[in-house]
Amino acid sequence: MTFKKTLLASVIGATLAATALPASVSAETLRIGYAADPETLDIHEQLSGGMLRLSHLAFDPLVRWTQDFQFEPRLATSWEQVDDTTVRLSLRDDVTFHSGNPFTAADVVWTLERLKESPDYRAIFEPIAGAEAIDEHTVEITTDGPYPLLLNLATYIFPMDSQFYAGTTEDGRDRGEIVKAGNSFASRNISGTGPFVVTERRQGVRVEMERFDDYWDSDSEGNVSRIVLTPIAENAARVSALLSGGVDFIDAVPPNDLERVREAQGVDLVEVPGTRIIGLQLNQARVEAFADPRVRQAVAYAINQEGIADRLMRGFATPAAQFSPPGYSGHNPELGPRYDLERAQALMAEAGYADGFSIDMIAPNNRYVNDAQIAQAVANMLARINIDVNLRTMPLAQYWPEYDERTSDMAMIGWHADTEDSANFFQYLSACIDTETGAGQYNYGSYCNEEIDALVARADRETDLEARNAMLQEAEARLHEDAGYIMLHWQNLAYGARDGVDIAPVVNALDFPYLGDLVIQGE
Amino acid sequence: MIAFLTKRLMHALLVMFIISVIAFAIQDNLGDPIQQMVGQSVPESEREALREQFGLNDPFHVQYLRFAGNALSGDFGTSYFYREPALEVIARHLPATLELVFGATLLIVLLSVPIGVYSAIKPRALLSRFFMGASIIGISIPVFLTAILLIQVFSIGISVSLFPESTAWGAWLNGLLSTDGGMPSFGRGQDLVPVVGHWETNLASLGGLKHLVLPSVALASIMLPLFIRLIRAEMMEVLQSEYVKFARAKGIGVRRIYFLHALKNTMLPVITVGGVQIGTMVAYTILTETVFQWPGMGLMFLDAINRADIPLIVAYLMIVGVIFVVTNTLVDLIYGLVNPTVKLTGKPA
Repeated sequence: MTFKKTLLASVIGATLAATALPASVSAETLRIGYAADPETLDIHEQLSGGMLRLSHLAFDPLVRWTQDFQFEPRLATSWEQVDDTTVRLSLRDDVTFHSGNPFTAADVVWTLERLKESPDYRAIFEPIAGAEAIDEHTVEITTDGPYPLLLNLATYIFPMDSQFYAGTTEDGRDRGEIVKAGNSFASRNISGTGPFVVTERRQGVRVEMERFDDYWDSDSEGNVSRIVLTPIAENAARVSALLSGGVDFIDAVPPNDLERVREAQGVDLVEVPGTRIIGLQLNQARVEAFADPRVRQAVAYAINQEGIADRLMRGFATPAAQFSPPGYSGHNPELGPRYDLERAQALMAEAGYADGFSIDMIAPNNRYVNDAQIAQAVANMLARINIDVNLRTMPLAQYWPEYDERTSDMAMIGWHADTEDSANFFQYLSACIDTETGAGQYNYGSYCNEEIDALVARADRETDLEARNAMLQEAEARLHEDAGYIMLHWQNLAYGARDGVDIAPVVNALDFPYLGDLVIQGE
Repeated sequence: MIAFLTKRLMHALLVMFIISVIAFAIQDNLGDPIQQMVGQSVPESEREALREQFGLNDPFHVQYLRFAGNALSGDFGTSYFYREPALEVIARHLPATLELVFGATLLIVLLSVPIGVYSAIKPRALLSRFFMGASIIGISIPVFLTAILLIQVFSIGISVSLFPESTAWGAWLNGLLSTDGGMPSFGRGQDLVPVVGHWETNLASLGGLKHLVLPSVALASIMLPLFIRLIRAEMMEVLQSEYVKFARAKGIGVRRIYFLHALKNTMLPVITVGGVQIGTMVAYTILTETVFQWPGMGLMFLDAINRADIPLIVAYLMIVGVIFVVTNTLVDLIYGLVNPTVKLTGKPA
């Protein structure tokens, strides 16, 4: 790793070249450059991608998703429906926590109770009534009513070490308490069952982990013995770090650098179709025309999703015509993009808006991949059906407060279903707004279709999964017909890794790489 | 002297007060910190409870008075993201920035003085013209572009195949222009040596120094040309002055004139500008630190803005204000030492 004696190098580097250290990194150390590091060590303090990634490293879920959206047993080995509202799970009996405490059913019960106290998780765990330890390694989870998504929720149950988090700290505070943005015991100390033990952490600078010697999953071929995670938020810097060999693995390769990473020697690009839907909401409360389904359809017909995905996103997105990506229960294979400018113009004329109107629109400029450019492209496309868009884009920190005020006519939002289930999209993005139940919390446009809501509500009590899928597919078809949400695309995920770091089998559409199973080939 | 320092202390307090009021007044435009703290699906009621808990619903004057009261007892609030007192967070990030500025300053001093003096003494020499041309280019290239170029050339490496590889001269030229890369492109590395408290240094190990090189060069790149030109201009002016001509007439050696008599007077304005610029560098390492992911105050501040981490933003701005006042004070003190005719208190002599 020394410089050649060259003209360019000698400008500043020549003297250092002679002294440059050879890199002495063993094959099993994985140096990661993620865009963000975990916000805290308390996995229930915040629901975010960074925290869930940490959860999959330092903890194990009861079950986890496979690449094709099946459930894979982890700490729970099997499960059976006892009655309409009860599921019994058998747990592994050979698991110990990092602290040395044995893992038992009591830990699952304790963790569920804690989840129901977390401001970020309690809404998701609302359907769960409680849990009971039947014996050391069997637990029964009961729901308030018939609930088809219990296993989906089980992917979020990462049993915590209840003995470790019990008791009080020296200054008399509960070791298990969840404190938002505070200095709690759980935000600084961690004991899970996962493949990696956190050994050092400097927020915003570095997280270091060592493989857990007593990890239960000895069948896993994963051979990463040490992880050094450096958060590199700047896209260009993250890509440079990979290309220069400073890190072995990065996430979120930006579209502009996809070609560069794909063609660079010694590194591989792995793309995964994502599940985050990016779309637009039309505010009926402010623009009368948007209450007319024909105008909404005209907007949907006027937007060339395939053009955006191909040219703007450079193939880094899958054009969408519904919320549910392929693999989700409610994905309706019959729905496809419907760009048709003439049809759009005809619909506008039919609705009496041939001359169009003016609206304003807001979009973030640092939340989704190419968000501001997409919004600009949409504005240009709408100009062709005489809708004159006055677009404002802003950084994330300012966008959400602005979004919550709902004082624009059109807004962009991306959504990932926490439950990896189709119903979640409807409940947050298109359900009739109900502040009591929290339905339609992100329904910017005040769109309301009670038939669709009824279908989704029925699906959420249906435990026969075949019947449930049919209901959700029907809901997708109706929303498509009604153009209740203007779909753009599902944003892909892209990772880069150096040769020999075999990430393709361990990454998934959820964006939580299972690094415990990662195999690094020797050099 | 005491009067001067007291006055400057008052300045510092006034600056901190004004900055804190301004920072507080604009905090509503910085974004919603709660949004950064919770998942997207968290219901509004939970958010409202958190807003209440952090006192974000209180009117401006209540929030400000609470902050000011705590600040008087040394508590500048707790960072939302780092979950630690804001001053503590800044203190932890300060050494990285200071070392980066130190590296850049060292490069500037070591390079700008000889180059500036040389091109003043021999303004028509080919090398002088080259330095002047290069410095114009250096001033005009933004620091992030320099940084990206440095990373491409020295970290990632470039392979040039412009010339025919089959010929000996082509292969030689290609080899001459290609680089292997290999220099660290981000962060401070793992070879930090703890010094005292929060201070871990890059300067005491080879690995640490390697990490410091590219960011220092990038940071220096914008100031270096400025100083070369400044020293050159000042030196040329001094060389035209009466006393230099007189010294020449007296038959004093050229070297003695250049480096003892002329250089001393050249450095007076350079110290003034230099001191202020170093203060500026401490405050404005943001771009360099972002590109190189250097975990200093600049990167911390940018992240704080992205996360609407208001206590940290306010504390940072106040600290930067103080840094400016302190560096200006130091510059004035040094200036007084170098040029005893300057009266610090500003009264007519």
